Amino acid sequence: MNASPDSTNSAATALPGSSLEVSGFRVRLTGFQLRLISVIVFFTAWQIAGLIPISPAFPTFTATMASMFEMTFDGTMIAAYIETLKPLALGVGISATFGVAIGVSMGLYKGSRWLFEPIFVVLQASPVAALIPLITYAYGIGLTAKTIAVIILASPIIVLNTYKAVGNASPVLIQMCCSFQGTRLQQIWKVIIPNAAPVIFAGLRLGVAAGFIGVILAELLITPTGIGDIISYNRSIANYPHMYAAVLSIIVFSAVMVGLLEKAEVRYFRPEKKRGN
Amino acid sequence: MNQAVHLPLLDEATPADPTSNIVAVRGITKYYGTDVHALENINLDFPTGQMTTLLGPSGCGKTTLLKIVAGLLEATSGEVFVKGKPVTGPGPERAFVFQDFALLPWATVTRNVAFGLELTGAPKKEREDIARSFIDKVGLAGFEEKYPHELSGGMRQRVGLARALAVDADVLLMDEPFSAVDEQNRRKFQEDLLRLLSVENKTVLFVTHSIEEAVYVSDQIVLLSPRPGRIHSIIRPELDRSESPDDIRRDKIYLDTVEEIWGNIRKYLE
Repeated sequence: MNASPDSTNSAATALPGSSLEVSGFRVRLTGFQLRLISVIVFFTAWQIAGLIPISPAFPTFTATMASMFEMTFDGTMIAAYIETLKPLALGVGISATFGVAIGVSMGLYKGSRWLFEPIFVVLQASPVAALIPLITYAYGIGLTAKTIAVIILASPIIVLNTYKAVGNASPVLIQMCCSFQGTRLQQIWKVIIPNAAPVIFAGLRLGVAAGFIGVILAELLITPTGIGDIISYNRSIANYPHMYAAVLSIIVFSAVMVGLLEKAEVRYFRPEKKRGN
Repeated sequence: MNQAVHLPLLDEATPADPTSNIVAVRGITKYYGTDVHALENINLDFPTGQMTTLLGPSGCGKTTLLKIVAGLLEATSGEVFVKGKPVTGPGPERAFVFQDFALLPWATVTRNVAFGLELTGAPKKEREDIARSFIDKVGLAGFEEKYPHELSGGMRQRVGLARALAVDADVLLMDEPFSAVDEQNRRKFQEDLLRLLSVENKTVLFVTHSIEEAVYVSDQIVLLSPRPGRIHSIIRPELDRSESPDDIRRDKIYLDTVEEIWGNIRKYLE
């Protein structure tokens, strides 16, 4: 048995990243540096577009950032986020908990599939913004209506991804679990769910992103509160840097949440991905 | 003795004798759906402590028979007895080694090897100690904390073998364990397997489509006919196991048995 632990490590020791050839000089960039360059290029392009300006309603990057600092330090942004986060956290929390549970049950049981599949397929295919007036009609303009808007947007993708992931769990691994006399519960917890975790988490990430769309839609279409209020109010008074600052902040916030979710997935469900493979 | 021994074929009425044959198969017939007839009236004894190989052309039902013995598939008719008791599902006296390894990609080598014990509820410390000793025995010391994707095909199958050995089953069921392993590693693995099994005292049911592999590793070879699988013959190569691996591969009985089996299988292919 000649294998040595070192022989498999050689590939892992090479630095991740890619080469960039600039007039004969080869520069090796790490993934972080590449991302940083991408961000700088984007903001520079934004600044130039704002300086031209491509539209009177398009502020420069620096003006937008100034507005962002101003609203952060005078408390406007924090108060708005507290407002926006209530329906968002509630809606995403409910969608994730029940969505994964319903999706798992659909992947495992025919009866559950029969009951839920049509509902979520129709929800996913429908233009949800059109349903928001109906939600207002049924639930008014409060927190409930906004939470429901988030759930309607976030849950179908979570449920359907979980269902597909669980339904397509590796039959060989399930058979392996059976051959070692694993119970049905052990099969589900120790094999099917970890096996499905990457696709479940992909669904959760998309679901959280959809939840952000839902909460902003609700704040724009139901009653202007929170971030939606900052966006619509500043648009109406033509204070475009403030409006763009609110839009940028919600995009960054959403991206950070989705990134954290990915970290949580690797930490708790996919430790083998930590080694950069 | 200068040639392989052919055993008489059994029939359904032959009583199972659990003292000398740990596994007995009686009258096994298997249909997939209504039209695919995989196995027809298989009657076999697997002697305790020996390695029996199921060999035959592709699609002859070798793996089907192995999975029926494992309790992973249900036979259409007939019965399998392990230690004299009829098989109704997987049991602790049998452990399976899968063709495509079936390792948990998210678990380290140690957790994969200990997985059978984890399912029985063995305490973590105890099962990891057992796992480590078998990781060492299959030659993977130093790889305990690696993940399957960091190992080669041959090393992954060693993990699969260690997992099956760790649950201390009397019968190992190996489904083409070396088919995804390259030729050089395959020979090394065959030699290591024989050495390991001579110490561990297991009964092995081994499925392969390699004639050389079957003759090299087996005490007894069951040659199956194409679908529906029937038993063509049962051969005992009676090789002198005290010889070196290279001498065994040059042995006249070894070469004649390979030739004879190839002659039989060629008839099916023409």
